[in-house]
Amino acid sequence: MPTTLTINGTSHSVDLPGDVPLLWVLRDAVGLTGTKFGCGVAACGACTVHINGEAVRSCQVALSDVWGDVTTIEGLGTPADMAIIQQAWVDHQVAQCGYCQSGQIMQAAALLSANPGPTDQDIDEAMQGNLCRCGTYPRIRAAIKTAAQKLQEA
Amino acid sequence: MASIGKVARRTFLIGSAAIVGGVAFGVYQIRKDAPNPLTPGPGEATLNAYVLINADGVTIIAPRAEMGQGVHTTLAALVAEEMDVAWDDITVLHGPPAQAYYNQAVLGLALPFKHYADTAFIHNMRQNVGMVGKLLNLQITGGSTSTKDAFDRMRHAGATARETLKLAAANQLGVDATTLRTKNSAVIAPDGTTLPYTALARAAAAITPPDVNLRDKSEWKYLGTSMPRTDMIGKSTGTAAYALDSKLDGMKFATVRMNPRRSGMVSYDDSVARDMAGVAAIINLGDGIGVVATNTWLAIQAAEAVDITWEKSNYPETTADLRAAVIASLDNEPDSTARDDGDVTAALDGTEITAEYFVPFLAHATMEPMNATALYTGDALTVWCGNQAPIIARDKCAKATGLAAEQVTIHTTFMGGGFGRRAEFDFSVQAARIAKEFPGTPIKMIWSREEDMRNDFYRPAASARFRGVVRDGAAQLVDGKIAAPSVTHNSSMRLSGQVPPGPDRGHVEGAFDQPYKIPNYRITGHLTEIDIPLGFWRSVGNSFNGFFFDTFIDEMAHAAGTDPLQFRLALAQDEHAPSAGVIAAVGEMSGWTGQTPANIGRGIGFTYSFGTPVAEVIEVEDTGNGIRINKVWIACDVGTALDPAIIEAQMISGAIYGLSAAMQGEITFADGQAEQMNFYDYDALRMHNTPQFAVQIRETAPHLGGVGEPGTPPAMPALGNALFDLTGIRARELPLFKTFDLIL
Repeated sequence: MPTTLTINGTSHSVDLPGDVPLLWVLRDAVGLTGTKFGCGVAACGACTVHINGEAVRSCQVALSDVWGDVTTIEGLGTPADMAIIQQAWVDHQVAQCGYCQSGQIMQAAALLSANPGPTDQDIDEAMQGNLCRCGTYPRIRAAIKTAAQKLQEA
Repeated sequence: MASIGKVARRTFLIGSAAIVGGVAFGVYQIRKDAPNPLTPGPGEATLNAYVLINADGVTIIAPRAEMGQGVHTTLAALVAEEMDVAWDDITVLHGPPAQAYYNQAVLGLALPFKHYADTAFIHNMRQNVGMVGKLLNLQITGGSTSTKDAFDRMRHAGATARETLKLAAANQLGVDATTLRTKNSAVIAPDGTTLPYTALARAAAAITPPDVNLRDKSEWKYLGTSMPRTDMIGKSTGTAAYALDSKLDGMKFATVRMNPRRSGMVSYDDSVARDMAGVAAIINLGDGIGVVATNTWLAIQAAEAVDITWEKSNYPETTADLRAAVIASLDNEPDSTARDDGDVTAALDGTEITAEYFVPFLAHATMEPMNATALYTGDALTVWCGNQAPIIARDKCAKATGLAAEQVTIHTTFMGGGFGRRAEFDFSVQAARIAKEFPGTPIKMIWSREEDMRNDFYRPAASARFRGVVRDGAAQLVDGKIAAPSVTHNSSMRLSGQVPPGPDRGHVEGAFDQPYKIPNYRITGHLTEIDIPLGFWRSVGNSFNGFFFDTFIDEMAHAAGTDPLQFRLALAQDEHAPSAGVIAAVGEMSGWTGQTPANIGRGIGFTYSFGTPVAEVIEVEDTGNGIRINKVWIACDVGTALDPAIIEAQMISGAIYGLSAAMQGEITFADGQAEQMNFYDYDALRMHNTPQFAVQIRETAPHLGGVGEPGTPPAMPALGNALFDLTGIRARELPLFKTFDLIL
């Protein structure tokens, strides 16, 4: 029984059991591999996507439970047309291995939608679920602040 | 490539090939150019093993693993600097497995000399020993050697490409090549005629490259500057492709469950798993099972549903027994006495102190779990994988599938972290073996995080026993013993089936080779004979010896009643000026006074590793609600800073990796298997407990130093020393959260 999902504004029909996590629907069935697998237990944030604008761990959302429109890193912006937050990541040269950064950016984007001027403490609270083994945190913090400023100017 | 041969001929061979297995190679064979492995397609031209030009622009082959350290950007800058390629035109690719890409610098690390004392003679010797790496197919990313290895070679590749393109333009324009200049990926004639490289490449490929000279540092425009990383936009938009992102028509998805006790499998029952949704096959891999399915998650669910009886481990089954074995081996006959200055057995006046230390096993825990994609077609195998050693991956996959090495193609992808873990080939071989059961069908095999945590090749547990004597505020004697199972032996057995001859230098690095003048200074290495899977973990032996040695130096400073920073400065001053320079610099940066308020502690740590001295000062604060790290000041001396922003990022990254381990990293064993499963029980620093950083990059050292690893070792003792300053409790064991109330 196929399930229909709206992902990055496009409708997709998926024929998988309802308990398959959204992460693996996106990656293996839809072919959107920008969303990463890190832990499978919501302990690292690498799989963060938006459902109706809210940041969620896609490894913990079953296909049958997806309650709204899904946005992935690919839907946020593209190399030729980056979102403001992605441009801030580039400006601060944040990424090292880069594997966690899709999740970091999606988490930060949700933070800035809810809180256009986050304090350091707000950033700590919003971002501490997203692990980065390269330790890019200082530049992530700087990029979030730059993006916040640019978004307020825009 | 002719010019690279010339570089090799300017130097001379010293017969130290014995360190790599007792084989002596002819001089000619070592210096002979390796064939260019690049096969240009229609409309493409290759000028040497590092430069490929087609209608889209210039592609630079960076034959080292891009695992986050920015090596693609810096290696591309080496070529582009000489070749005058416009930065935005550059595409960077991982090289194929090929002899041309051997790592000359990595073998030089095995020489039993103190790096910091390198004369020009010993420096050349390292280079020459390194050339043996070509014969051994040592295409390896490790030991923080990538830029050292590439510094001359890739600039030469760029310069010869530039001059060859100028000759092609001279032929076409009927002018003398010396009248031409190059800029922004084009040759420019005196009359302003501009011929883009893309239009000249095919003609240039037919010209014998001329001899070239390298540009002086004063002319550099890319090198020495923080360049936009070539992988940054891809990694900020989800479009950078890791092995886990391979997409092939008709692909199936797989996972494995291997014996967490790292031995064989007695039996398994897959009757439940076989009938689960999406499952295509369950494959007996001998020491585990592979599951192929229509979706990765369905494969993982089915793998967990297989009932498996494992064999017992071949090593002590519990943390307590493993620890006892490591500590007991401190009394073994030494494997090495890599330093023995003065006479540590002589009776000395002064204050004697002793200390014993212990550090646990550690996992690499890369963000991207181990995975590989493989396609087997009967007479060929193609593997997409993140790897730090593509030739080894190719040969091991060939052997596992019964093919010749020439029948195997390895595509090296971006790596979601390496830290040494991706020097291994286990996951690539598993994907190849599963793919062999499905000829014609691409198989993407991904480990669960739990599989990754329990099937790592761990940083070993290690122990040390130190004795020291201080008098008149200064060090008179250091006598240290280092015990651990040997990473070198363990990994060599896996790679080649034999243990390299001679003492294990890597086992004592970070202790015997420190640039300190101590009248009586001995370090002995003692190997624990247990067969537990071990691997290269960021900074390798320095990761434990840096903690042991520097912590003991701190203990000696306190016993001597001397300020810990001044104590280290005095030891380095007469022995190695760049090391003294970073110690003094970090003192100035941090405003070090030796005095702190009651709720604040400060500690300094220093380690010289991979050619780079690094000093770090860490400030901790008792918040009343746990101890937090406020700030870390880092001073390093890399000789020549090729890309300051990347070096800064690597120093911070290395320190965070070290601090994560020091605070909370520990793999424990029960029933012969690692007890940790995932990031909830093997965690690391996160946004809220990451301190502020300040980094100073110095350039006084005579040779290029590494940057990927040297930030890691001194972070661990610096934190312990800061906690001692705060609490008066000396940290002699890691992880620190067991002793101190740290904010995690």
